[in-house]
Amino acid sequence: MSSSSTSIMDNLFQRSLEDLIKGFRLQLLGESNFISRALEEIRREIKVTDLSTKSTALHKLSYLAALHGVDMSWAAFHAVEVVSSSRFQHKRIGYQAITQSFHEQTSVLLLITNQVRKDLTSANEYEVSLALECLSRIGTQDLARDLTPEVFTLLGSSKAFVKKKAIGVVLRVFEKYPDAVKVCFKRLVENLESSDPQILSAVVGVFCELATRDPGSCLPLAPEFYKVLVDSRNNWVLIKVLKIFAKLASIEPRLGKKVAEPICEHMRRTVAKSLVFECIRTVVSSLSDHEAALKLAVAKIREFLVEDDPNLKYLGLNALSIVAPKHLWAVLENKEAVVKALSDEDPNVKLEALHLLMAMVNEDNVSEISRILMNYALKSDPLFCNEIIYSVLSACSRNAFEIIVDFDWYVSLLGEMARIPHCQRGEEIEHQLIDIGMRVSDARPQLVRVSWALLIDPALLGNLFLHPILSAAAWISGEYVEFCKNPYETVEALLQPRTGLLPPSIRAIYIHSAFKVLVFCLRSYFSAKESILSSSAQEFSSTSSSMNAFTYESILNLVNVIELGLGPLCGTHDVEVQERAKNVLGFIGMLKQELGEKLDLQDNETEAFRVTAFMEDLFSEELGPVSTTAQEKVCVPDGLKLKENLRDLEEICGEFLKPVESDSVSYMDKISFSVSKLRIRDQQETSSSSSPPHEASSLLAEHRKRHGMYYLPSQKDDPDSNGTPSDYPLANELANEISPNAFNPKRKPSQSKPRPVVVKLDEGDELRITPQAKTTIETGNDDESLSRAIQSALLVKNKGKEKDKFETNPNSGQREKEESSRIEENHQNSEKKKKKKKKKKNGEGSSKHKSRGRNQAAAASEQVVIPDFLL
Amino acid sequence: MIKAVMMMNTQGKPRLAKFYDYMPVEKQQELIRGVFSVLSSRPENVSNFLEIDSLFGVDSRLVYKHYATLYFVLVFDGSENELAMLDLIQVLVETLDKCFSNVCELDIVFNYSKMHAVLDEIVFGGQVLETSSAEVMKAVEEISK
Repeated sequence: MSSSSTSIMDNLFQRSLEDLIKGFRLQLLGESNFISRALEEIRREIKVTDLSTKSTALHKLSYLAALHGVDMSWAAFHAVEVVSSSRFQHKRIGYQAITQSFHEQTSVLLLITNQVRKDLTSANEYEVSLALECLSRIGTQDLARDLTPEVFTLLGSSKAFVKKKAIGVVLRVFEKYPDAVKVCFKRLVENLESSDPQILSAVVGVFCELATRDPGSCLPLAPEFYKVLVDSRNNWVLIKVLKIFAKLASIEPRLGKKVAEPICEHMRRTVAKSLVFECIRTVVSSLSDHEAALKLAVAKIREFLVEDDPNLKYLGLNALSIVAPKHLWAVLENKEAVVKALSDEDPNVKLEALHLLMAMVNEDNVSEISRILMNYALKSDPLFCNEIIYSVLSACSRNAFEIIVDFDWYVSLLGEMARIPHCQRGEEIEHQLIDIGMRVSDARPQLVRVSWALLIDPALLGNLFLHPILSAAAWISGEYVEFCKNPYETVEALLQPRTGLLPPSIRAIYIHSAFKVLVFCLRSYFSAKESILSSSAQEFSSTSSSMNAFTYESILNLVNVIELGLGPLCGTHDVEVQERAKNVLGFIGMLKQELGEKLDLQDNETEAFRVTAFMEDLFSEELGPVSTTAQEKVCVPDGLKLKENLRDLEEICGEFLKPVESDSVSYMDKISFSVSKLRIRDQQETSSSSSPPHEASSLLAEHRKRHGMYYLPSQKDDPDSNGTPSDYPLANELANEISPNAFNPKRKPSQSKPRPVVVKLDEGDELRITPQAKTTIETGNDDESLSRAIQSALLVKNKGKEKDKFETNPNSGQREKEESSRIEENHQNSEKKKKKKKKKKNGEGSSKHKSRGRNQAAAASEQVVIPDFLL
Repeated sequence: MIKAVMMMNTQGKPRLAKFYDYMPVEKQQELIRGVFSVLSSRPENVSNFLEIDSLFGVDSRLVYKHYATLYFVLVFDGSENELAMLDLIQVLVETLDKCFSNVCELDIVFNYSKMHAVLDEIVFGGQVLETSSAEVMKAVEEISK
């Protein structure tokens, strides 16, 4: 390498980069030692005045920084020194170091401006290219501003080598210094007509990036892009142009009509798979309304899917998933390929296939597909197994279990999932079990059955991932105990010694459920006795409908079992468990006293009887799903000052308190479906039927009337959301009164059971499985100013153009363009100010135009007028 | 835009790492290690693409090719075509082959500068600049003089 030969000549004892590398490979001291020794050497050498030594040292440092993670920011100034050398090799090393390590905060960044300018204007094209590369990687606003004139000159260079790099650098310059657009844009656009494919590909590359950031600003150039699309034969160029059109067509649908045909042509003719794929992608993402194009694209996708090449298969599936939401038929056509891909080796392919399969799920095939998927899950590795479980869970629970008709089947499926060895989705299953319990009253018997099976099994207690499911099972057994066939066994299961493996919070739930079961048994026992006393045989049989009549012995047995189970827990160190155990034992203690005495007395007068009755009332209130906006609707009682006290609290524990946000997202986090929080009763869920009482909704209506402007907009896309307050109760009732008969006509004759009633909340009924956070494209101020600049540059350009393309009156076309710009008024003003400062040739003229145009077009549409050439 | 170009061997040692968005050296090393851990667990005969949102941010894709003892990795975002990127790796390798005649890992280890020169002609500031290996060779030869 030449750098090593020069250094050998100049400084015999300095190690070159080659030596360093060799030494590194042969080193005996250990890597980090070697590196620190080398670093010491470098530090010494780099301070020397001799530029060759310095540059070699810098070179070594860059190497260490890139491959071994050594920090080189301390050598920034030395890099600047090295770059100022007149020798090309030194310059190269210097620039490499700079591009690698400089960033916005580097203090010596300003020092290189002059050097870069010198190099940009150098006769040696390689020096120019070094400088351009540097600018493109680390260009800041200042650099971009200062060097715009030089870049402008280079854009017109005769050497293609330089020109294409200058085009590449334009992107960064525009990004950092939008005013550069005025200067350079014209030349940039001129290059769209270049015949050199490399130049063309550089230009469309830049426009592709610009279009990604702001499609609207590139829209007026659509005719030029169209020409390139039709004429070019270079695949790289075509791919970029396709991407540009994909972005443009999504904001200007009329464009789609025009480009659909050329794109289809390309799809048919080319052999390059990359181009075919890009065409497919463009069609399915932005032109999916054009039937012919879409059909062709889907046919091509099919070809991809049957290829052996895993890359093509994967990309085919990818494209299919883009088209799936709007055109499910395409996916259905390729069903077999998708199912086959499910068992592919490649994890990516499997995942894509899974998502596609879930997109195809509907009411009729959900059980079949879930069956297939569960079988797959059992045979798959843990990661994929959990993916399967997750996608089944999310698809089935979408929109409050929209696609489930047979809840009994689904509940047993949930129970089965718990038994899959790799299952790690316990929490989701827990939430769904409880959710179903609350919303679908008809499914409760099955829920109790499934829960009973889960509770009985001692093996499940050992699996950490299943604990949430067990907690749900316990809660269900307690809450819906009236459906339980054998409460005695349930209690035994809840209090088995192995429950010691459970975490305390879940254990507490177990105990409480056992308590609920006890209360229920006692109540039925007492009321059975009562009906005996009142000698009504019918009542007796009705109260003990599906279970054995409780005898005195069985109750005593039950009480003893509980006492035995809970006794040792009185000394446990977890406070909640201890407290609950003691509560139950206290209740039992009181009970035992009464039970021990004679029982032929009027039982409804004993304390036990009364307390039990009271407890049962407590537990008989039906719990329903809680709306996420429920908290807002609770009116603050008069005299309660919510904010005042909490200020003191902030002083005490400021760092622990987070500010309370007023949007419902935080409420959703706080109001989770975990069992302990369910005891916070909402005003609306007071009656035992599932429709909200009118009392609460009229209170709500009143409150709304009084404080309407403080209400947040409703969360769901609800047509009633803007309606009068009286709409609220109607909508709720409607949801609850969906009779099973409504589903009959759509059902297949083979299904015998009607779909049970599913309670759905009108608003605030957020899905538990949150969709991915919307990834907003960051359009900072830079992007906005860039797009403004481009738009204004286009205006200026069009002013000077005298082509026949514009058949309409150029002035009115211009004004329409002005109308169509998306600039807001305050941005307008700042831009005017900027323009006045800069005093560019047409700046002031167009700003005056703009202000006039703006006033005239108050309610203008936002469509950019496409020149007639294209329409 | 191309976000990064990496070459690493099958033991995870980086042979070349170029990031087109600035990030501090520790982060760079972290990313290299992250990519390696994903790559090393890939079986043979599968597709060459990976979604790596967790490492490089949203909308990042990775294409890699395994040649002998080296992984060639390109990280890019939505404005590049996946198959075209695969081709680009091919171009890069072909050019290196022409440069060093039957290039092997050692050539890459000992010719750090030349490697960078080659790469800089192909990818410029995150954009694909040149896709013909002949052109690249010409330029690199000039520079190395």
